[in-house]
Amino acid sequence: MTIESDTSVAKFAEYAEPGRLVSTEWLAAHLGDPGLVVVESDEDVLLYETGHIPGAVKVDWHTELNDPVVRDYVDGEGFAELLGRKGIERSDTVVIYGDKNNWWAAYALWVFSLFGHEDVRLLDGGRDRWIAEGREITTAPADRPVTEYPVVARDDSVLRAYKDDVVAFIGTGPLIDVRSPEEYSGERTSAPAYPEEGALRAGHIPTAQSVPWAKAVAEDGGFKSRAELDAIYREGAGIADGDDVIAYCRIGERSSHTWFVLKHLLGIENVRNYDGSWTEWGSAVRVPIVTGAEPGTL
Amino acid sequence: MSTTHVPETLAEIRDDFLELPEAERLQLLLEFSNELPAVSDEVASHPEMYERVAECQSPVYIHVDVQDDVVTMHATAPPEAPTTRGFASILVQGITGLSADEVIAIPDDYPQSIGLTRAVSPLRIAGMTGMLLRVKRQVAQKR
Repeated sequence: MTIESDTSVAKFAEYAEPGRLVSTEWLAAHLGDPGLVVVESDEDVLLYETGHIPGAVKVDWHTELNDPVVRDYVDGEGFAELLGRKGIERSDTVVIYGDKNNWWAAYALWVFSLFGHEDVRLLDGGRDRWIAEGREITTAPADRPVTEYPVVARDDSVLRAYKDDVVAFIGTGPLIDVRSPEEYSGERTSAPAYPEEGALRAGHIPTAQSVPWAKAVAEDGGFKSRAELDAIYREGAGIADGDDVIAYCRIGERSSHTWFVLKHLLGIENVRNYDGSWTEWGSAVRVPIVTGAEPGTL
Repeated sequence: MSTTHVPETLAEIRDDFLELPEAERLQLLLEFSNELPAVSDEVASHPEMYERVAECQSPVYIHVDVQDDVVTMHATAPPEAPTTRGFASILVQGITGLSADEVIAIPDDYPQSIGLTRAVSPLRIAGMTGMLLRVKRQVAQKR
């Protein structure tokens, strides 16, 4: 049932899983194909309403993917209800795009993956590229018939790390901090534009290397080439095939972006996203913290 | 000193939101977003007059005038940040024309009272609170 991959872009063919990205040209040509659903996921909850790719449905990270009470994602019932309401079948190919270089799109893709939705892809260049190219957008809400999405238990064991996992992990494998250098060193407890997502202490998790998420983004807003990414993550950060890797940021969205790069573009098998990230670690009692520009030791 | 009062303009806006089913409140916020008035030429040509609202996830700048005890609020935010524009627009429409005392008396938790906490999320509402507190502080300084 899955839709063919986008083989029109030479850059994609170099990635470990070329089918995880589609180009704007490809998407424009495949809009409306049976078995293809386009999902927009943004930081700004109203951006979709101002105009979106025709037929795209909106999935909001705050109000739809998160549990409203506990700091956690929705459960299997909640996810089935959400995707059923959006008109997505379990076998559908889902192409996700969004603002901010696909931060939230990557976050949504990671959450879809926790539920084992198999064919999820990102639109290279995201919302900005679609609009910059003058492609069609509409304010008409998507009208997809409701589906019966099966209830599938969320599996956190493979792709997600909890705080205790990270405590035990320190010193055993690469830990990647994707926040800004100021957050990493401890000069600030929150990202410059996100003061409400602060923490009580500043710094980074011992042994974590600083590789800001945006290093994976090319000047055109898409992902960098395989060779450039290898230079950053394999040569630069020393990540090798077979390593267990954990990435974190502030709330888990920027590290989803890096998780996508490591897992799907570079083919590192065991990469987990620590979504509790600094807003949990930096406020937790008696966890080790290092300040300054060096990774430090436990 | 601690008495707070919601001015009629802001009370009306709040009631307009609360009367709508939750799902339709985002559309009303979008209308506000589209209505954010252009800033005056004087303010636009003097960007240094603006204060950046750090609580907002997108760049938004506010400027408040107090003349003869009448407050005028200006705000600017980019089109790719419609939620932030909507929050700014509510405050611009609800605050402009009030007296300094009336603005200072606006309850700090007004943003939580307009029925958007669930539709928009508490984290995003925090940006509007930041905007309101900065407006109140500017008014207190400039009155």
